Amino acid sequence: MNTNTPSRGKRSIAVSVALLCIACAVIVISLNSGTIRLSPIAVLHTLIGYGTPDDQIVLFDYRLPRILVTVLAGAGLGVAGAALQGITRNPLADPGILGLHAGAAFGLMVFVSFSHSMNGSVALLIPLFAFAGSVAAALIIMLLSYDRHNGVSPIKLILVGIAVAAGFHALTLYLSLRLDEDTYSFAARWLAGSVWGRDWVHVQALLPWVVLCISYIWSRSKTLDAFNLGDAAATSIGTPVRSQRVILLLCTVALSAVSVSMAGGIGFIGLAAPHLARRLVGPMHRHLIPAAGLIGMVILVAADTVGRTIFQPNSIPAGVVVAAIGAPYFLYLLVRTK
Amino acid sequence: MFLAAIAALLLSMFIAISLGAKGLTLETVWTAIFQYNPALTPHQIIHELRLPRVIAAAVIGAAFAVAGALMQGITRNPLADTGILGINAGATFVVALSFAFWPGLPYGWIMFLSFVGAVLGTLLIFLLGMAAPGGLTSIRLTVAGAVIAAMLSSLSTGVAIYFDLSQDLAFWYAGGFGGIEWRHLKLILPVLLVTLVLTLPMARRISLMSLGEEVAINLGINLRWTRLFALTAVVVLAGVSVSAVGSIGFVGLVIPHISRKLVGVDYRLIIPMSSLLGAVLLVLADLGSRIVNPPQELAVGIMVAFVGVPFFLYLARKERRAL
Repeated sequence: MNTNTPSRGKRSIAVSVALLCIACAVIVISLNSGTIRLSPIAVLHTLIGYGTPDDQIVLFDYRLPRILVTVLAGAGLGVAGAALQGITRNPLADPGILGLHAGAAFGLMVFVSFSHSMNGSVALLIPLFAFAGSVAAALIIMLLSYDRHNGVSPIKLILVGIAVAAGFHALTLYLSLRLDEDTYSFAARWLAGSVWGRDWVHVQALLPWVVLCISYIWSRSKTLDAFNLGDAAATSIGTPVRSQRVILLLCTVALSAVSVSMAGGIGFIGLAAPHLARRLVGPMHRHLIPAAGLIGMVILVAADTVGRTIFQPNSIPAGVVVAAIGAPYFLYLLVRTK
Repeated sequence: MFLAAIAALLLSMFIAISLGAKGLTLETVWTAIFQYNPALTPHQIIHELRLPRVIAAAVIGAAFAVAGALMQGITRNPLADTGILGINAGATFVVALSFAFWPGLPYGWIMFLSFVGAVLGTLLIFLLGMAAPGGLTSIRLTVAGAVIAAMLSSLSTGVAIYFDLSQDLAFWYAGGFGGIEWRHLKLILPVLLVTLVLTLPMARRISLMSLGEEVAINLGINLRWTRLFALTAVVVLAGVSVSAVGSIGFVGLVIPHISRKLVGVDYRLIIPMSSLLGAVLLVLADLGSRIVNPPQELAVGIMVAFVGVPFFLYLARKERRAL
């Protein structure tokens, strides 16, 4: 094991650099493509301040904020998935399971049901309601799965999560059937992970959360590794299991809640990114977390680009693209591995 | 215990027939059923609208509950539900496609297509599970099911959004007995009832399987065939039900749990008990959906979730052992 560690460290650095390059390439391609095409050189010119006014508007007002939101949300979802899989010791856990997506969807539905203006100053209101919804779901789940003797046990967390998610789904469905068709299709689009119309405000709102939560989770890599040994072993090597689990869970919830509130309920990234990362860099969270974040970023930016360029003039929400590509891959893994 | 359940079913069916947008006296209900007179309007309401709905709710409730019980038995997973077989997702996907490409199809056709979708979704999961080295284990079935269900429902969302039919699909998905008529019942009733009866001889093997695969093998049970028969029954029961009334969750999850509490771990008792209780639950849920906010109807799926979620939470809190 010890002889293995340095090479694994090198490997993980190599993988991270490669992923970073892929991420940059995807971001550049994404910046180029769209209804108005910009050549890479025009993008470069515009970025350093020499672009035509039209190019500047396209890039700075429309494309760049959208791409930055997908970058941050993708990384957030990837890391949240990795952390949650570590905390619950369940390689199939995904923030969606915890009912966070369902809570966010409910928050959005409450907003669109009771507010009739969809334009104007809703830039931050929709994400705020979605965020409130997913935090509410998380709080309910944590309260209900908390046990005086064991703290938050992973199994109970998942069980309660499924039930709370179903409850929020029912409430969302109830509200959504009363909406008029336009509002409903707006909401449905948003829920499926459409990143249309994101502004710099959203980037500013998202950035601090994502950076803070990811760095905290990364700094707790050792704790996450210890969870994998099981509660008893983790306690015996000096990990304060109960308190750490609650803090890390809160971090995961915050991270995926902000990501979902900005980018919509995108499944599969939280599930697939950590899986891919584990295959590339192994199970140590120190290597796993950055890799999962980068992979999540690549997936979401690529999916958003595909969704808005290939299916013109109608665009397909990124979440649908992610599932359409992610699921077959996942099934391939399932068939290949024992 | 069974007598009580039967009594509860009859009582709830009777109440469901008498209550509704138009209040009817018990006497009218009685004569409408046993001395039908087509000239009287109340008799017509009961005969043409209420009776088919209540019968459909009872049989479909039984079908969902038994499908859930079978799933939980063969996967040995108390949280297994027909949702993991891709039945709901497959049905929804095909319905989304049919809304997009053949708008205005009659109800009967949509029913047929969504049944085809349910079967296709399940077949996809089976083939994938079988293709893997080691064959179709319970875990692989669950994982493949969850992933395919997620993919198909996401594709349905994509189709719905692209063609602007999200809300139509949501209405269909939310479920309801409003569209059921005698001619549909004539199609689905025989299929469901025959399948329900056929599950009874399987019950002993399911009980043994629920004790563990090794126990079952030692007792000479052919796992593969038992699993295949049981899953076929599940697909027929849940597939037909979903295609008739949309996706109604929680019946298949909650009812087998209650039945197990009442009659123990023997599937020879669990299956009949589940069918009775499932019928009661859906008859009452349909009644509730009609009378909560008349003349509008609340989707049955929502009604069931309002009852099912708190109960499920209670179960999850009580669960001491590791699953």
